[in-house]
Amino acid sequence: MASSNSLMDSLFQRSLEDLIKGLRLGESTFISRSLEEIRREIKLTDLSTKSVALQKLSYLAALHGVDMTWAAFHAVEVVSSSRFAHKRIGYHAIAQSFSDQTPVMLLITNQLRKDLNSSNEHEVSLALECLARIGTDDLARDLTSEVFTLLGSSKALVRKKAIGVVLRVFDKYPDAVKVCFKRLVENLESSDPQLLSAVVGVFCELTAKDPRSYLPLAPEFYKILVDSRNNWVLIKVLKIFAKLASIEPRLAKKVADPVCEHMRKQNVGKSLLFECIRTVFSSLSNQEVALKLAVVKIREFLMDDDPNLKYLGLHALSIVAPKHLWAVLENKEAVVKAMSDEDPNVKLEALHLLMAMVNEDNVTEISRILMNYALKSDPLFCNEIIGSILVACSRDSYEIIVDFDWYVSLLGEMARVPHCQRGKEIEHQLIDIGTRVKDAKLELVRVSRALLIDPALLGNQFLHPILSAAAWASGEYVEFSKSPYEIAEALLQPRTCLLPDSIRAIYIYSAFKVLVFSLGAYFSSQEPTSSPLAQESTSSGPSMVNGFTYNSISSLVNMIELGLCSLSGTIDVEVQERAKNVLGFIGMIKHEIAEKATSQNSETEAHRAIAFMEDVFSEELGPVSSTAQEKVPLPEGLDLNENLEGLQEICREVLEPMAESDYSSDKVSFSVAKLRIRDQEEASSSLPPPLESSSLLAEHRKRHGLYYLSSQKSDDHNDRDGNDNNTSNEYPPANEISVDSFKPKKKISKPRPVVVKLDEGDEPKRKPDASSSNDESLSRAIQTALMGKGKGKEKEKEKERVKENHEMNVDTENIEQSSRREKKNKKNGERSGKRSSRRQRGKEASVTKPVEVPDLLL
Amino acid sequence: MIKAVMMMNTQGKPRLAKFYDFLPVEKQQELIRGVFSVLSSRPENVSNFLEIDSLFGPDSRLVYKHYATLYFVLVFDGSENELAMLDLIQVLVETLDKCFSNVCELDIVFNYSKMHTVLDEIVFGGQVLETRSDEVMKAVEEISK
Repeated sequence: MASSNSLMDSLFQRSLEDLIKGLRLGESTFISRSLEEIRREIKLTDLSTKSVALQKLSYLAALHGVDMTWAAFHAVEVVSSSRFAHKRIGYHAIAQSFSDQTPVMLLITNQLRKDLNSSNEHEVSLALECLARIGTDDLARDLTSEVFTLLGSSKALVRKKAIGVVLRVFDKYPDAVKVCFKRLVENLESSDPQLLSAVVGVFCELTAKDPRSYLPLAPEFYKILVDSRNNWVLIKVLKIFAKLASIEPRLAKKVADPVCEHMRKQNVGKSLLFECIRTVFSSLSNQEVALKLAVVKIREFLMDDDPNLKYLGLHALSIVAPKHLWAVLENKEAVVKAMSDEDPNVKLEALHLLMAMVNEDNVTEISRILMNYALKSDPLFCNEIIGSILVACSRDSYEIIVDFDWYVSLLGEMARVPHCQRGKEIEHQLIDIGTRVKDAKLELVRVSRALLIDPALLGNQFLHPILSAAAWASGEYVEFSKSPYEIAEALLQPRTCLLPDSIRAIYIYSAFKVLVFSLGAYFSSQEPTSSPLAQESTSSGPSMVNGFTYNSISSLVNMIELGLCSLSGTIDVEVQERAKNVLGFIGMIKHEIAEKATSQNSETEAHRAIAFMEDVFSEELGPVSSTAQEKVPLPEGLDLNENLEGLQEICREVLEPMAESDYSSDKVSFSVAKLRIRDQEEASSSLPPPLESSSLLAEHRKRHGLYYLSSQKSDDHNDRDGNDNNTSNEYPPANEISVDSFKPKKKISKPRPVVVKLDEGDEPKRKPDASSSNDESLSRAIQTALMGKGKGKEKEKEKERVKENHEMNVDTENIEQSSRREKKNKKNGERSGKRSSRRQRGKEASVTKPVEVPDLLL
Repeated sequence: MIKAVMMMNTQGKPRLAKFYDFLPVEKQQELIRGVFSVLSSRPENVSNFLEIDSLFGPDSRLVYKHYATLYFVLVFDGSENELAMLDLIQVLVETLDKCFSNVCELDIVFNYSKMHTVLDEIVFGGQVLETRSDEVMKAVEEISK
């Protein structure tokens, strides 16, 4: 029965064509039914049936996303057939679906070997293609000798493909270099342009990953650059030289001439011309003649009607922009014209180029033009424009901004652009400018006020971060505001219920600050004589408050109280707590305001309370360096690396969040704890922590002692003595951050306001990438191969070479390590002032020796 | 290095998809859909190039050509020249034309394996193998014997 079933299946098996036809009829279950059929058919012993089933499966996998990894073994079976048609189907399936995870990968080694040795060149081709696509380390190792043989094949097609496969083999099994490299290099001298094109293609890929190892081949490449007439070959060689010339500047000089020759040709193909220009821009930009010629030619691209050429022209300009801005400036009109092009890519490139041209003098003009564009554009491009303005203006702590008042009002304008989605960045910059630029505070408060009082903005969720910044600034710098009452009213308007709770909390707190300030001003205005408070509040900064009357202050207090009453029952604890705190405060001093009207007693509770709160808010908050946390000096006796395993048991969840918050990896953090800014001249003894914090901590402990770990020490958290047992339960209190953790560097420039900058830079450090060991071994193998193979004409230099060989092998290791370290250091941030990196750079200077470049080029 | 070759119609149905780096089938379908959504929103008369870092990783570029109801798409990285890739699509289409005389979408639909044979003679393991359509034709005819 089983055999007749299979007979039926084979006879009536649907072919691939039938399958396709069936699919086009559009039945939804057709695929699943076909899959079932395929599963049955593929298990049969007849190879023809099996292969048709496999073919159908491959089709479904490629175009309909059906998984075919389960059929791996069947693919191996099909490939073992002697019929070419079957082999083709089998190899196609294997190339498409096999990966490193396929368990039956080992089974195809022998089959591949057989086919690679076959006399039928098409079978060889199939096997080569398969190896090129799925070759693993093992396969590469086992089949290296076959590949070696094929590299010398007389049939051009086979040779070409063998050359192509070398790339994968080298990548997976670097020792193959010893065997195959020589033949590969021999092909560089071939006269067949297609073969040559294959070889330089392989070298192009290899050089891209590891340029240094292929420098010794530069003379051969040079010959090809000068002699060849084939565009494909030339393009690849140019790419190779682009990589080589960037690490070996002497090459740049030599190569510049042939490149110019190619550029000057009458009917040079656009692709070749573009590649020449790109090579000049990226690696030969210090060769004046070549650079000037390339800029002339790129102008042709920009002026062309063909959108492809326009786009590529702009793209090339952006490569050269960093070092040679004049090239971009020369083509300014083309760039501006491109801003209104239909093609979104062209517009984007033009935008980037425009931003590259921005400097102190033209920033206002360009921003004006760009904002106009933004209003007329689609949302995506609008946000690109806004984003790039923000980036360019904030670079290097707002280096190009001279007029901060204008910039702050621009930020406010951005908030009103309908499509704006860059709320977070704008928020960050508003607050950042507030803390760094004293003179901009007035404008900042003015802009914030405008944003706060507009109820329409509250509905736009993208603007919430901006409103949060506006609220914070209004509260923090309330002394610059014309009408605190207005601000408080705006902060508590009913529509603020649309805000998320976290921002609402900020609003309430800012309202509190406004209240404190107003009360302070009111009280001090009641006693114009001796109070030092009065002096401060009226003399520091341009205070706009013309004094509060009893009526105005009480209406303020009442308004705030009313606004917050409704909030004292909200679900969010943060909002509720803040509302209640403020209400409590108001309750405490309210009746005393009325009293104040009658008595002149300056020692009332209210007065003291107000004075206290004003003191709290009187500290100026400044920017925090991203390395601040690391600068905190370790208290004596505390060993950070000590094993805290014992704690794991007791409080797993509590410890974990602490560990992550240790390093402030994100952008500037604002802590409401007391921080002081110090000048560089001041002595650096750290101030004793304020007494209140210690008592607060003790209080907290008393109330929540349950959650603290058992302590053998006293409650005095200043205790840093020796007998620290590892189960130290004192989390360093936030208020104790060492005060000399950041030193602002003040820039002095006459018209430009002072911008507070930090020494170590404000960018977080990026972690270095690990490099793979396979790449290293490949580089080493290539270098040995190149040094080891002495050419016939230079026999007498061989002895020298051998000597240098030994040095070279020692040095290459160091070179690789030091270049990797270099890369790591670069990624760690340019301005990292760490001692270790400086030491390493010193070491590199002595060890690095240029790889020997043959005399031909010098 | 060429990362992928795709042919899809203007409704987004893939007619041919070949990826030169291994990817599981779901990811492949995702990429095809992603590419289609970008292509379908392109206006006429714009450049044929796209940056598609978000789909294929850093340093990926895409060139496409719209012929009648089909999009021909090539995805490649920095070691290929953009205009040369555009030419390569041209070569592919010319070869198909020679194969099927006035090729249309239906020819491509029903000749799946022949399509792959042709493609395999032009792009080998992610590298450009042959750039002259008559040579490709010769090779394809040889194999078909």
